[in-house]
Amino acid sequence: MISIIKTIWTVILHMFGKRETVQYPDEKVKLRPRYRGRIILSRDPDGDERCVACYLCSAACPVDCISLQATEDEHGRRYPEFFRINFSRCIYCGLCEEACPTYAIQLTPDFEMSEPERPNLVYEKEDLLISGEGKYPGYHFYKVAGLKIKDKDKGEAENEDEPIDFKKLLP
Amino acid sequence: MVTIYIDDKSYEVEKGQNLLQAVLSLGLNLPYFCWHPALGSVGACRQCAVIQYRDEDDKEGNLIMACMQPVQDGMRISIEAAAARKFRASIIEWLMVNHPHDCPVCDEGGECHLQDMTVMTGHNYRKFRFKKRTHRNQYLGPFINHEMNRCIACYRCVRFYRDYAGGKDLQDMASHDYVYFGRSEEGILQSEFSGNLVEVCPTGVFTDKTLKKHYTRKWDLQSAPSVCHHCSLGCNTLVGERYNKAVRILNRYNRRVNGYFMCDRGRFGYEFTNSNKRIRKPIFEGKVEDFDRDSAAAKTSELLKDRSKVIGIGSPRASLEANFALKSMVGEHNFYSGLSARENKLARKILSILRNGPARPASLHDVETADAVFVLGEDLTNTAPMLDLAVKQAIRNKPIDDIQQIHIDRWNDAAIREYLQDEKGPFYLATPSWTKLDEFAAKTYRAAPDDIARLGYAVAHALDESSPAVEGLPDEIKTMAEEIAGALKNARQPVLISGMSMRSEAVIEAAANVARALCRDDRKADIVYTLPECNSMGTAFLGGYDLEKAFEDVENGTADTVIILESDLYRHADKTQVDKFLEKCANLIVVDYLKNRTSEGASAILPAAAFAEGDGTLINNEGRVQRFFQALNPDPILQESWRWIRDIMIKLDDKKAEKWKALDDISDAVLNSLEGINPKIEIAPSANFRINEQKIPRAPMRYSGRTAMYADKSVHEPKPPDDPDSPLSFSMEGFAGPRPSSLISFFWAPGWNSVQSVARYQQEVAGELKGGDPGVRLIEPGDHAKPEYFKTIPDAFKPRQDEFYFVPLYHIFGSEELSNEAEAVSELVPDAYLALNKRSAEKTGVSSRDKVKVSIKDGQISLPVKIMNSLPDNIAGIPVGLPGMNYFELPAFGKIAK
Repeated sequence: MISIIKTIWTVILHMFGKRETVQYPDEKVKLRPRYRGRIILSRDPDGDERCVACYLCSAACPVDCISLQATEDEHGRRYPEFFRINFSRCIYCGLCEEACPTYAIQLTPDFEMSEPERPNLVYEKEDLLISGEGKYPGYHFYKVAGLKIKDKDKGEAENEDEPIDFKKLLP
Repeated sequence: MVTIYIDDKSYEVEKGQNLLQAVLSLGLNLPYFCWHPALGSVGACRQCAVIQYRDEDDKEGNLIMACMQPVQDGMRISIEAAAARKFRASIIEWLMVNHPHDCPVCDEGGECHLQDMTVMTGHNYRKFRFKKRTHRNQYLGPFINHEMNRCIACYRCVRFYRDYAGGKDLQDMASHDYVYFGRSEEGILQSEFSGNLVEVCPTGVFTDKTLKKHYTRKWDLQSAPSVCHHCSLGCNTLVGERYNKAVRILNRYNRRVNGYFMCDRGRFGYEFTNSNKRIRKPIFEGKVEDFDRDSAAAKTSELLKDRSKVIGIGSPRASLEANFALKSMVGEHNFYSGLSARENKLARKILSILRNGPARPASLHDVETADAVFVLGEDLTNTAPMLDLAVKQAIRNKPIDDIQQIHIDRWNDAAIREYLQDEKGPFYLATPSWTKLDEFAAKTYRAAPDDIARLGYAVAHALDESSPAVEGLPDEIKTMAEEIAGALKNARQPVLISGMSMRSEAVIEAAANVARALCRDDRKADIVYTLPECNSMGTAFLGGYDLEKAFEDVENGTADTVIILESDLYRHADKTQVDKFLEKCANLIVVDYLKNRTSEGASAILPAAAFAEGDGTLINNEGRVQRFFQALNPDPILQESWRWIRDIMIKLDDKKAEKWKALDDISDAVLNSLEGINPKIEIAPSANFRINEQKIPRAPMRYSGRTAMYADKSVHEPKPPDDPDSPLSFSMEGFAGPRPSSLISFFWAPGWNSVQSVARYQQEVAGELKGGDPGVRLIEPGDHAKPEYFKTIPDAFKPRQDEFYFVPLYHIFGSEELSNEAEAVSELVPDAYLALNKRSAEKTGVSSRDKVKVSIKDGQISLPVKIMNSLPDNIAGIPVGLPGMNYFELPAFGKIAK
């Protein structure tokens, strides 16, 4: 008997409690920064594409929904010629983000990705590339790597000595 | 066999090898850098350290380098001992001190020996806090990309390039941290084997520039075992594909053929498959049509309705199956091999010599192990490049054999090279002009082809009195012949090398005579003939009439419809003749993959699959029959030539063709048709071969992008295409375990992502592949055969007044049809020229670069003069096959006019 009254009392109390149900889509939900949603490609602090087309995201992807082709600009900087994610296959596991050595590929909290047609879920580089640095500001892969690119010669990366003149006889 | 103990477990290993080799052959993991199975040990990198114990009670032991330690009976070592592990990890740490943070943008990433070894030793954090040394890169030509920052100074590149391949322009320079591997001045690498640096370099200093254009990681490549189509040696290759495009060639180890290396023409020539000269759609009367296979075949068959006047011209660069299909279609009496009368004669002569024995046709590996070499008429570097590399190894054998009393093991590379310095074994070379091998030869002989043949006959006579003697030989040549005969006689394994490149029957017969004379007294001798194209030997097996007869047939009206299979007639016959022939043909049907002069005015052109897009069988110069497999799945309108011919035959109600459903059907039919061949031989596992009921995957397990690659066209992933021709699947799905050696489509083993993983596919390091090396030799003459000597000794070369004797010259990049259309190779193709020595040039009153008119028989061409002083007087050289060159029937007399 007492237990029944207790239960009814709890239910009555809940009627006045804070509601968890959100009136989506009229009401927008709060997006947590660590939520794994729509994937983007970010840019480095200089505003250039961060992606160096290393293929690690596509190799890490358990559903093989990322494909790309590497190419180079005239100064030797590598970037993806195309970069395609088939979101109709993506499981938002975040392994691509973990595999990315340049912080280029990132998962955002945006989850609103329903489409009436599946082909619309195939995102190309133009759809993926954002204009900012995303979650990891400041990192610039080419400033760390030994490769020469436009406006960065050999020996100008972080922690690098001047290039060696191998014809000099002195040790 | 000796017993060694590794980490307290006993193992039986072969004597005479070093410990590292033994450990790797046992399938154990031990990291290394400077050691390479083909280059031997130098003990430079200190990476393969293990602990050796004196006896069972020794708990301390001392550190030794496995690559420098011969295996000894009862030896006790430990790979896993903490001290050894720590030592190896610290070595890697040192090597990585200056290594740039490049892996994501490095082409070696994913197949990098340095990555593998770093993971294997467990080094994962850079403690070094100071600055990294940097280097500037050099331009090294169209094949190789240079990124010196990544160097770990293992010295493998210069050891391969200079010591093994005899190159000169790649050096090690400066010292300690400054060590630099490059050229003294930027420029194109001069060695024909520079492409091997890509595989030899354990990290990303030297990478493939042609792959870089469309860079793809190793794990994303769908690959298939293939056979090189750029010369007659038939080196085994791996073709890598991505997005329906061949993107690179890697060497496929086959101990009997190409071992660990291949030449640059083979490695970079593949780009012709992506050339804009490709035929990708059927063309009827000059109009590109959007037909499917069926309607294209139907339309073509209309041209063939009246079949009484149809002839077929086969090709030495087409597969056996394609040639056979054409032969069956037109009938034996209307089938032409695609070779000129002389080419046909020479190829068949070679085949009959090899079959009659008693000298064995030598494989590349046999040449490598020979200890005396005599080359008659071949410029190997340019006609059969890998033979050049094999000869360079062979000349070291005699001196190495001779120093066995000081007990230096063969693998102890630095010690042997130090001891021998420049000492070389017997190697004699007779060619009309300078070749790159000259500097390695004990003696060279410069003469016209007939005189070269006379030298050969003289050597044979010196070896065996009963062979025909050469009359009127100058004394110096006589002495040379005796010297050569003496060297060959004393050799353990002498090898004769000759071939078709001089287009002289006498030279070929002379080489056979030397081999036969050598074999007389129960001695053994090997013989190698090079042929011009990948399936020239197959053509000789299949037979077919000469091209000249086809010209006659059309001329006199017995034929009016011609089917030309993968062939540019202008490379096999005189221009005016071919012009006339093509003019006269009422219907010209061409099945090919590259546009050429022959197909220009064809009534029908059917797009054939190139080597990467289809399967087939080739016979190489030693008579080894080998299968190449399809790597990519092209546009459905492209199909193998034999399938086009089959489809046309079916349209014409030819019942034979209905049986040829897949490759195996026609391949069996070919073998059945060849005379003297056991039709039961297995070239490669048949299409219904399965392991655990599974196909063998072409792509590695970590193949990526399956659900996105073609999502821009359709989100419904296509089903992987079926392959009715082979047990390989177009996918990463299938049996992941060990596969038959002829189906190896990539080399990979757990922990070994780089090409060094090939050791896991071998029975022992540098030995046969597990399950035997692929390919079947069709020619095995008996030892007891005693064929007659050839007796037609040519007269000595007599110059003619006001005329020159023209001999063919060859270029590794330029003389071969297919590789000329490859983007990178075409950069190195020289312009056509006429070669004369200085005296001859002065006599004619011309100097270097002057344009002169050359007329040989009916053919004429205007060429700039190039002074080549190695040519004998009164002899002029004409480069074969260069773009813009015409065909001449050489050697022949002709005139030069200003």
